[in-house]
Amino acid sequence: MKRFTWLVPFLYILFVLLPIYWLLNMSFKTTNEILGTFTLWPRDFTLENYRKIFTDPTWYNGYLNSLAYVLMNTVISVTVALPAAYAFSRYRFLGDKHLFFWLLTNRMAPPAVFALPFFQLYSAIGLFDTPIAVALAHCLFNIPLAVWILEGFMSGVPKELDETAFVDGYPFWRFFIKIFIPTIAAGIGVTAFFCFMFSWVELLLAKTLTSVAAKPIAATMTRTASTSGYELGLLAAAGALTIIPGAIVIYFVRNYIAKGFALGRV
Amino acid sequence: MARISLKDLRHSYREQPVTDSDWAVKRLDLEWTDGSANALLGPSGCGKTTLLNIISGLLKPTEGSVWFDDRDVTAHPPDARNIAQVFQFPVVYDTMSVYDNLAFPLRNRGVSEQELDSRVREIAALLDLDAMLEQRAAGLTADGKQKISLGRGLVRLDVAVIMFDEPLTVIDPHLKWRLRSKLKELHQRLRTTMIYVTHDQTEALTFADQVMVMNDGMIVQAGTPVELFERPRHTFVGHFIGSPGMNLLPATFEDGVARFAGFAVEVAAPPKTPLTDARLEIGVRPEFVRFGADGIPVRVLKVRDGGRYRVVETAHGATTIKLLVGEGDALPSESGHLKFDRAHTQLYADGWIAS
Amino acid sequence: MTTKTPNQMAWWLVLPVVLLVAFNAVIPLMTVVNYSVQETFGDNQFFFEGVKWFQETIESERFHDALRRQLFFTGIILVIEIPLGVAIALAMPRRGPWVSVCLVLMAMPLLIPWNVVGAMWNILALPDIGLLGHSLNAMGVNYNFTRQPVAAWATLIAMDVWHWTSLVVLLAYAGLSAIPDAYYQAAKIDGASNWAVFRYIQLPKMKRVLTIAVLLRFMDSFMIYTEPFVLTGGGPGNSTTLLSIDLVKIALGRFDLGPAGAMSLIYFLIVLLLSWIFYTVMTKDEAD
Repeated sequence: MKRFTWLVPFLYILFVLLPIYWLLNMSFKTTNEILGTFTLWPRDFTLENYRKIFTDPTWYNGYLNSLAYVLMNTVISVTVALPAAYAFSRYRFLGDKHLFFWLLTNRMAPPAVFALPFFQLYSAIGLFDTPIAVALAHCLFNIPLAVWILEGFMSGVPKELDETAFVDGYPFWRFFIKIFIPTIAAGIGVTAFFCFMFSWVELLLAKTLTSVAAKPIAATMTRTASTSGYELGLLAAAGALTIIPGAIVIYFVRNYIAKGFALGRV
Repeated sequence: MARISLKDLRHSYREQPVTDSDWAVKRLDLEWTDGSANALLGPSGCGKTTLLNIISGLLKPTEGSVWFDDRDVTAHPPDARNIAQVFQFPVVYDTMSVYDNLAFPLRNRGVSEQELDSRVREIAALLDLDAMLEQRAAGLTADGKQKISLGRGLVRLDVAVIMFDEPLTVIDPHLKWRLRSKLKELHQRLRTTMIYVTHDQTEALTFADQVMVMNDGMIVQAGTPVELFERPRHTFVGHFIGSPGMNLLPATFEDGVARFAGFAVEVAAPPKTPLTDARLEIGVRPEFVRFGADGIPVRVLKVRDGGRYRVVETAHGATTIKLLVGEGDALPSESGHLKFDRAHTQLYADGWIAS
Repeated sequence: MTTKTPNQMAWWLVLPVVLLVAFNAVIPLMTVVNYSVQETFGDNQFFFEGVKWFQETIESERFHDALRRQLFFTGIILVIEIPLGVAIALAMPRRGPWVSVCLVLMAMPLLIPWNVVGAMWNILALPDIGLLGHSLNAMGVNYNFTRQPVAAWATLIAMDVWHWTSLVVLLAYAGLSAIPDAYYQAAKIDGASNWAVFRYIQLPKMKRVLTIAVLLRFMDSFMIYTEPFVLTGGGPGNSTTLLSIDLVKIALGRFDLGPAGAMSLIYFLIVLLLSWIFYTVMTKDEAD
């Protein structure tokens, strides 16, 4: 019985790879082949779908826009979360517990509830259809997450480090940037990973707050499905390309995935 | 209770060990008598935990065999060997009560509730846990949890040997001696074979009747605490045991006379044959060095107050020699002469005693 | 653990976070509350209506149906994903070269944009040309998720299991990795069976991570929007219209501000309440 336990993760991984394989399969087929016959691999292998995406601005701009707001959001979230997490970790101040709790409740807010109000709010301040709008909107969920994770890592660093630096005459910001941040580098990595992840995958708000100029790839893909019939091959290729940033990020943090979870808040 | 023997044992964590350093435990033959209290003493990384795990069956040795009495148990898993092991940090089943924790090994072996009840209560009383039997194990302090770990081992009637892997590591210092005394008391009452692994010489020397000093995968010396103290067979033992450790002076040996820096030093049992090409050292413990009217001239470097005695650090040339001087005894301030107690002065060649 | 010193100046450190989150949370929520108690006939004219919208929503068939579907969905996926995730984590090797490979492959679904997840499963399940759809029909099963509610539900659930079980696996695996070997060694010495090891060592030690996993899956599945929307659009008919999809239809589709506002608040409150219940129940023991 023990011999076969490896089958469990093996079968699950097959299950995980199945839709991805099918997506890739479709992406290399012509529309004719897709609609005409059912084949497990492309008989009529084509790179046309990918070529279209790389050459048509409406397509590749979608990716660029998405990457833009994701990176902006990650930078903003991590940057403001760092001092805040430090405050929660080291100090007691009026309302600190309630504040922390309030931050976490924002993670429980259904995005659907915010769709309409965000649309009106960001239009009102003239940020509608810009990447920064999406970046700021995603802060609602990502900042509490970032603070939560970073606070966990920071609590693991003994206060003696801070005290020694202050005694040695370091002003606060120099200590924070030159000494403290390198100490929790792993934590920052984990936090950035999660911020990137949640912002990259979230689409309701991204679509709601954009229309043409800052259109994320998700919106472009929906367009394909609804207009001029079903360009499934193109849709598949577009989808396949969105998996790449995720795959790259996982590859770089592969050593931290299990370790980082255990070290931090979990 | 059992007599434990290790025959021709060697262990390496590597698939293809090549050099000497690839072996975590180098070839050894050991025997522990039935019912004895033993310690395995050595610094971190010397292989003592490896050896312990080989005895308990958690690790299968690369070469050699393990015997309990006259049975070869090398192929047996831990629960078939009937051993008990107490780990560095307390291992308790958090969700169970203290009672259920102690009863667990018995229940797994199908012992009836009636039988195990009296046994559990007996062991709990022995360990002063009887007041807490109904409490959840997770709520106890570290030393309480270690007692539960110990109790789970004692509760089985036919335990062959109880092994301790640095069990006092997470215990508060002021509770360590209490637990130590309890372990000694337990051994005297139950007379089970016990093997205590540690890097702390106090723990080893106060608990065991027989101590084995280990370094770098080898048993350097085995003997009673007194033997190890008075007649170390290796400079490592001399240095590791005792606080401060043994003094080691570079020496020469000619015509049956040992010399340090030109001065003749009398050693216990000088070797009969001449020693060539070996690094020679004279070893003498600070306890057996005293100031005298004549002897080796030294400068006094510093004096440390150790309570009932003072540790005086002196030097002759580049060699430091430490000695203990009693509280009220006279102590020269700048320089003096040292004499060594012949019976406790030994000559060592390449680390090993030469006689 | 570090001891904290009282210092009111810490508010300056927290200020940027508070500003950004409050901007995104407080203003919209105030808008929502505003809408929920008013009626508009266009032209930016609002009339206070009190609890009318709340009453209407709570009593509406439509809301009940959406809520029922949502509870059903969340219930099923929790029952499948949590035990499945734990089982996979238990079956994974504790160390060795395969561990990173497995974890990396399993993490992939978590990083795919949610609309692509929906699109993937859409393409997979198409009755004639999708791998799943075609195979099922070829085996004699009459399967068409665009027309049959049961097929739509089955596909929806399969998609969510595919998408999120890995999160449970990663969390459970992290929890398991934190258990020191000595516990397993002691259990061996005590003669414990595999089941006993699971029940008395692994499960208790995983309690914290499992609580997080259950809470996260509960909350996220209750708020799910994009994947089911792309997969089925809420259909066929409205058989897979979950709460978020319904809300967005009312709010952004019809701009029915009043009902949308009321529904939003009720929705948010339900999530908070149920989360609080889950949290309290699961961390009850830690208070001992």
